[in-house]
Amino acid sequence: MIDEFDLTPIQMDALREIGNVGAGNSATALSQIINKRIDMNVPKVALVPIETVPDLVGGPDTIVVGVFLRVYGKAPGNILFLMPKKSAFYLVDTLMGREHGTTKKLDFMDESALMEIGNILSGAYLNAFFNFTHISMLPSIPALAMDMAGAILNIVLVQLGQMGDQAMVIETEFLAEDDGINGHFFLVPDPGSLGTLIKAVGVE
Amino acid sequence: MADLIKVGMADYKVGRSPSTLISYGLGSCIGVSLYDPQKKVGGLLHIMLPDSTQARASDNPAKFADTGIPLMLQEVIALGASKSRLVAKLAGGAQMFAFANATDIMRVGTRNAEAVKNILRRNGIKVIAEDTGGNYGRTVQIDLNTGVYKVRTIDRGEKDI
Repeated sequence: MIDEFDLTPIQMDALREIGNVGAGNSATALSQIINKRIDMNVPKVALVPIETVPDLVGGPDTIVVGVFLRVYGKAPGNILFLMPKKSAFYLVDTLMGREHGTTKKLDFMDESALMEIGNILSGAYLNAFFNFTHISMLPSIPALAMDMAGAILNIVLVQLGQMGDQAMVIETEFLAEDDGINGHFFLVPDPGSLGTLIKAVGVE
Repeated sequence: MADLIKVGMADYKVGRSPSTLISYGLGSCIGVSLYDPQKKVGGLLHIMLPDSTQARASDNPAKFADTGIPLMLQEVIALGASKSRLVAKLAGGAQMFAFANATDIMRVGTRNAEAVKNILRRNGIKVIAEDTGGNYGRTVQIDLNTGVYKVRTIDRGEKDI
């Protein structure tokens, strides 16, 4: 088995490339839904100490909306799509055809719409993974929470924490053309899954 | 001005009055505080998991209830606290996402709370206040001058326990 925490630069590059295509797919899907151009940055593939992960989204105290999906299959893991509260409200207004600034809190329909977005983005992302690795990865139904970033990230970090003090995150930031929406997409493979993915792309 | 000392995830800090120890954004994690009201010294520990039995040797002990609590206890006593006077308060242990078929890992908050209470009991330390469970995040802080443990949430206001 490949030691997760000892990837070569080439292996990191391979993961970054898959992440890049996955994020590209997701950005295209989001762009088509809201009919706006979506920019994304080159995905970060990084091994970071667990306790610093909340800082990637503005610190553990920042209020965010998170859509969480569990990934099943041969390379299980977790997907978390995090948006600052303001972005989530803006996105919901866009989706519901309301004037921006209307949403002050999320009702049942709003939550459902955001979960569907999480679903679509994850599907697009995982498709890219499948194209590269031929490992089929299926997302669970989504769950949503609006709370402190640290608290929401707990769910993925706890699973990693059982195995070590480091988290491998593949992270992309989205930005809509009018700056109304930005979000962070995290794919956090379970311990053991990275080895499977690396093997499948043939960069052992 | 009194110090505000930040305690990160899987970390602990000890101190004395007039400092305040704070830990942000706990979900299923638990913030365990120890306090000696006479000496006005105490500590705050932010654990992620109940037990270290599956841990690697190199793992950070403050991540787990079973290894983190004894470690903090030792340091609080080194600061002059008496074990018999120490009281504990805890908050956190939420389940942030509701799933119909919650796996063990989803219920880690509940398991954390149980483990913390067991370990404190085994060490002869009384738990005098607790705010655990629910599906929301908490930011916690303990004022080492008064022993007041403040729990802040986003939608449910804040309370002193």
